[in-house]
Amino acid sequence: MARFVLEDSRSEEAGKSALVKILSVWAVVSIIGMALVWFVLGPHLAPGTMTDQAQGAQFDIKFVSTLVVPVLLFVWFFFGYSIMKWRVRPGEDGTLPAANLSGNSKAQGAWYVITTTLVLGLAAFGTYFLIAPAGAGGGEGASPIWTPGTTKLLQVQVIAQQWRFTYRWPQFGGMETTGIELPVNTEIEFNVTSLDVIHDFWAYQLGVKADANPDYNNVAYTKTLATGRFTVRCDELCGIWHGAMYNYGTVVSQQQFEQWATNMEQQNASVTKLLPKYSLTYTPSYSGAGGGYYNTSVDPNANL
Amino acid sequence: MAIDFSQETKSGSSGASAHKSSIFQPSIITGMVGGGLGFLFGHWAGNAIAGGYQQVVGSGSNDAAIVLGYLFAVVGWFAGLGALNYPLKKMLGFEPENVEHTSDPGWGKYFRYTTDHKVVGVQYLFGMLVYFFTAGLLALAIRTELLSPVHHIWGPDTYLEIVGEHGTMMMMMMTSVVLGPFGNYVIPLMIGSKKVAFPRLEAASFWFTPISYFILLSALWQGGFQSGWTSYAPLSVQQGVGQDGYIFGFGLQGLSMICAGTNIVVTIINYRAPGMTWGRLNVMGWSMVSLGFTMILSVPVLIDGLYVLALDRTAQTSLLYGPHGGSSFLWENLFWFFGHPEVYLLAIPGFGMVAEIVPVFARKPVFGYKTAAAGMIGLAILSFFVWQHHLFQSGMNPDMRPLFMLTTELISIPTGFIYLVGMGTLWRARIRLTVPMLFMLGVYFNFLFGGVTGVYVSDVPINVTVHGSFFVMAHFHYTIMGGVIFAFFGAIYYYTPLVTGFQLSEKLGKIHFWSMIIAFNSTFLPLFAVGLLGQPRRVFEYAARLQTLNDWVSISSYVLGLSLTFFVVTWMWQIVVTRKKSVRDPWSSRSLEWHVDSYPPPAYNFETIPVVVAGPYEYADPDALPMADIVVANAGRDVARENVR
Repeated sequence: MARFVLEDSRSEEAGKSALVKILSVWAVVSIIGMALVWFVLGPHLAPGTMTDQAQGAQFDIKFVSTLVVPVLLFVWFFFGYSIMKWRVRPGEDGTLPAANLSGNSKAQGAWYVITTTLVLGLAAFGTYFLIAPAGAGGGEGASPIWTPGTTKLLQVQVIAQQWRFTYRWPQFGGMETTGIELPVNTEIEFNVTSLDVIHDFWAYQLGVKADANPDYNNVAYTKTLATGRFTVRCDELCGIWHGAMYNYGTVVSQQQFEQWATNMEQQNASVTKLLPKYSLTYTPSYSGAGGGYYNTSVDPNANL
Repeated sequence: MAIDFSQETKSGSSGASAHKSSIFQPSIITGMVGGGLGFLFGHWAGNAIAGGYQQVVGSGSNDAAIVLGYLFAVVGWFAGLGALNYPLKKMLGFEPENVEHTSDPGWGKYFRYTTDHKVVGVQYLFGMLVYFFTAGLLALAIRTELLSPVHHIWGPDTYLEIVGEHGTMMMMMMTSVVLGPFGNYVIPLMIGSKKVAFPRLEAASFWFTPISYFILLSALWQGGFQSGWTSYAPLSVQQGVGQDGYIFGFGLQGLSMICAGTNIVVTIINYRAPGMTWGRLNVMGWSMVSLGFTMILSVPVLIDGLYVLALDRTAQTSLLYGPHGGSSFLWENLFWFFGHPEVYLLAIPGFGMVAEIVPVFARKPVFGYKTAAAGMIGLAILSFFVWQHHLFQSGMNPDMRPLFMLTTELISIPTGFIYLVGMGTLWRARIRLTVPMLFMLGVYFNFLFGGVTGVYVSDVPINVTVHGSFFVMAHFHYTIMGGVIFAFFGAIYYYTPLVTGFQLSEKLGKIHFWSMIIAFNSTFLPLFAVGLLGQPRRVFEYAARLQTLNDWVSISSYVLGLSLTFFVVTWMWQIVVTRKKSVRDPWSSRSLEWHVDSYPPPAYNFETIPVVVAGPYEYADPDALPMADIVVANAGRDVARENVR
């Protein structure tokens, strides 16, 4: 039997030439793709620019999306070119040997170094943009470690229960409202808790998300930058009406907010007196609505 | 349990014990009778014990009766199957017959408890397909509800029951979808063994799955569980008795995984043929070892968590309730300490299958064999250090977030190894675009989206926007369905000739592949946008502006359903009706499983234990010896044996 000879199209030289072609096209298309993502798509990405935290999240999504472009293109071009060039054509014996290539220390080494560098870089990037904007709008638990550099904060307590959100305002006599308005250009501290099961306070346009845990205070910060409407949705499954647990809020001017809050405080004064004393958590219940929040003289879990 | 290294095997009509042919012969029918009787007894006992408890009298539902009913149903099921005959006889001092192989040519063996690894593999294949198609129908029910943001097909309670059943059933099934059918069937053949290490554990691992399927589905008749597959407490404590079906169904699947994982790890370590060094072990073998260890170490934590949840629901222990000394974070931690390794124990066998099949159709060695093995081991190890990335916004351990962000992003490195292996193997290859190969390339295409979006999800600042949204849902469907399910279907096309002896049509397979990959991407790609635009998961109402995208997704999902139906019809037609005989070694593979005496392989696998003299991937070396002496039996056995290292 004649000794098998590998075709020129699968030789080492052919491989080198193919690599140059792939890398050349990849570099050009990547630059175009990255520019399109950064400049065209980027400004429209979620979650918008209503707050410092939302703006940060939008920047992060834009940055990672731009970085993803060359990664996707590299893999696609590599696979696509290989399949097009080295596929078995009709009439060709597909069981003959191909290039006897079981590894390449340079290629493997480069891959390890590049992927490790990328990953470590992304982790450093994520850590910086978590810490810099005061926890990036995420729930930081009862004792937040990344806080805004000011003590001048508007405190809003978010109370979640099956299946609605209400808000308490300790700086306005501890009043409770069913709607939420926030002043622009203000640092906000959300104290998020639950009266029953785990919910999640997701104020989409504010770039804020924090689980509402029973018997636990979860703090998240944001700084409003622009006026407008925002959506609040529950983002942890909390029972049958989870899908209907949403409402809307508005970021307004500081004067409008003062006026709204003062009006609400006066309107709600008689109800506020009946509420339990403002607290960072309230005794939750598995079964009764609101647990200890509505009737502190009865242990809501006595019959459990 | 002592391991029998002798490799001496016996054949019989069944593995559990030799049976006389009669209607009383233990089978799935007697198992169901036993299960039914067990349930009735347990339910009665639960009512007798807890019927007078205050919360039972007050609520009218008795979790203890349901849980005890399920417990005794399992005992009755295994007793009815005859699975307890061997250990009971052994304990009573008798010496029961130990049969590893089923020589019965009929179909009856597939409905009985047998200890033949090839029968168990086929049972798993059909069992997992039933799981997949049931959960798939539930997915279509979800998408039908989401056709409109305000008009409803289902009530919110039914909708969430469907969501919970779909998620839990899929996640249970995916753990075993490659290991069950292909790990059990192929690995012993691949490593040159006549048997597995623990045949009864292997059989039990399968027979846990039908009863866990029925128990999980039975939850629908008990009011379901509206807490999703994650079933966070205290919502899951608050739920009705349908939640007990989740606890028991998932728990049984956990036991199945422990049995299956233990068997496959010990089999690969101890039952490799002479000359099958670790350096010659197929990549799929490496994936199964990584998978097995991940299962053994992570699944007990799930079972612990389910036990805690069951105690809170039945014995009122308040372990998950803060004011009485417990914590709802406890469940979240226990669940995800299992849940995240689980995600990788879904992906790893898919990667193993890909790295196994691609070289056959590239006629090249695996590029970076050690890198492939390291990738899978690396994934397995790292998977235990990332679980809190599911809890970035929970408020728990906020100072740990940078660490868990780092560990999660480190996962990209071993995942990247798998891509390096694939790209290197295709480089200067001779690529045959057969149906199995197309599915494997589909895995690389789909998983790439899942992989890069994993970076978004793991980045804490971006996670604030995407956590709990459809973005995350699209991400994990790309990794799991786009990864392991495509690998699963590719493996079905690849191994059907071996398992059934019948050849499948390339044309029909290609119609299935192209319709499936287009419909899959059309279904899940828009969901990244849906999530980024603010739609949370598990909602039955959503913003009206997202209806067009949701409708596109729903219609695409129907096409995906049609594509999968096309597979079932054409595949069954070809193995039941047309039955076109396969040629020997249809893919020209070097691997041992294709070099048995017949397709399907004979009961004893190999007449004599093969002696391995070369690796499985030396496709590009024209002078390479066959992998073992079974194919050089007449022409150089002595030479082959001298080459054993």
